[in-house]
Amino acid sequence: MQGDAMRVDGNAMAGVLGEVFAQEMTSARIACGGCGKVEPVGAEHAYTQAPGIVMRCCHCDRVLVVVTDVEGTYRFGLGGAKWLEFG
Amino acid sequence: MARAAVRGRLSWTLAEVVELVDETAKVRSVVLDVPEWPGHRAGQHVDVRLTAEDGYQAQRSYSIASAPEDRRLSLTVEGLADGEVSSYLVGELQNGDTFELRGPVGGYFVWEAGMGGPLLLVAGGSGVVPLMSMLRHRQAAGETVGARLVYSSRSWEDVIYRDELERLGSASNGPEIFHTLTRSQPPGWTGYARRVDGAMLAETAWPVSAMPTAFVCGPTPFVESVAAALVLLGYPATSVKTERFGPTGG
Repeated sequence: MQGDAMRVDGNAMAGVLGEVFAQEMTSARIACGGCGKVEPVGAEHAYTQAPGIVMRCCHCDRVLVVVTDVEGTYRFGLGGAKWLEFG
Repeated sequence: MARAAVRGRLSWTLAEVVELVDETAKVRSVVLDVPEWPGHRAGQHVDVRLTAEDGYQAQRSYSIASAPEDRRLSLTVEGLADGEVSSYLVGELQNGDTFELRGPVGGYFVWEAGMGGPLLLVAGGSGVVPLMSMLRHRQAAGETVGARLVYSSRSWEDVIYRDELERLGSASNGPEIFHTLTRSQPPGWTGYARRVDGAMLAETAWPVSAMPTAFVCGPTPFVESVAAALVLLGYPATSVKTERFGPTGG
């Protein structure tokens, strides 16, 4: 329950994504590397209270993206996603 | 190491407080002057960053309350007892103060005149803020597509934008507004007095045949139960857009 209540939408990642990508990214589509379902980034689940930001698939809960920001250096872990489409 | 600002990408800018409006005992609107504000779309939010004297930084997202047509950018913030950013914005901020802001951001939880509808807006508490931006925009743009707001508050005193909602609702072509008061009701209250549930939505939501678009915003458990109830009523999941605040906001 605690974890569930901390869940927000991928929409909450708009700020950090906007700092890195020139496009508006919450409308970008992302494919889950687990179940294969495709959703807008804004519709996925996000957890922003960790010492990084975690995006999980809203269907199967697989970790899609992990973003860390250490002293001004961003690292995007994209291993859980099949692809990210925007433009 | 400071991150260089890149053209076309977001970076932090300084916003100045020009007006503070107490909406309820715990909720305040912060009207801002933001140099070179690029404009926004109804439903978008901004990130706010506060820096303490010792360099400690705290960052939160807040929905934009004003319409794109409004002259000034306005945020509405609920002060939470344990919210290190919100308690400052609601309790200590004064006219002329400045803080860092990044935005507008978000393109998913957005509605603009011409995007069709009808609109079903469902708000829990301060989840009404981005939906108010949509209603203000709808009014300012002269959009006639139908709009309904189902708005859950704890008590009548906790209803944010109470007077403005009444004015909007009584205007010709104004939105239909359904309040529900979950904890206490004023004497003679004839409206709903329980949490938003499937039966309430069956009475208030547009029929699926009208091809409505739903925007649901509030605390995470509220949003998830409302979204599930709408899907049970037959709303396609893709027609229900959600913005979860998490357990509190902050």
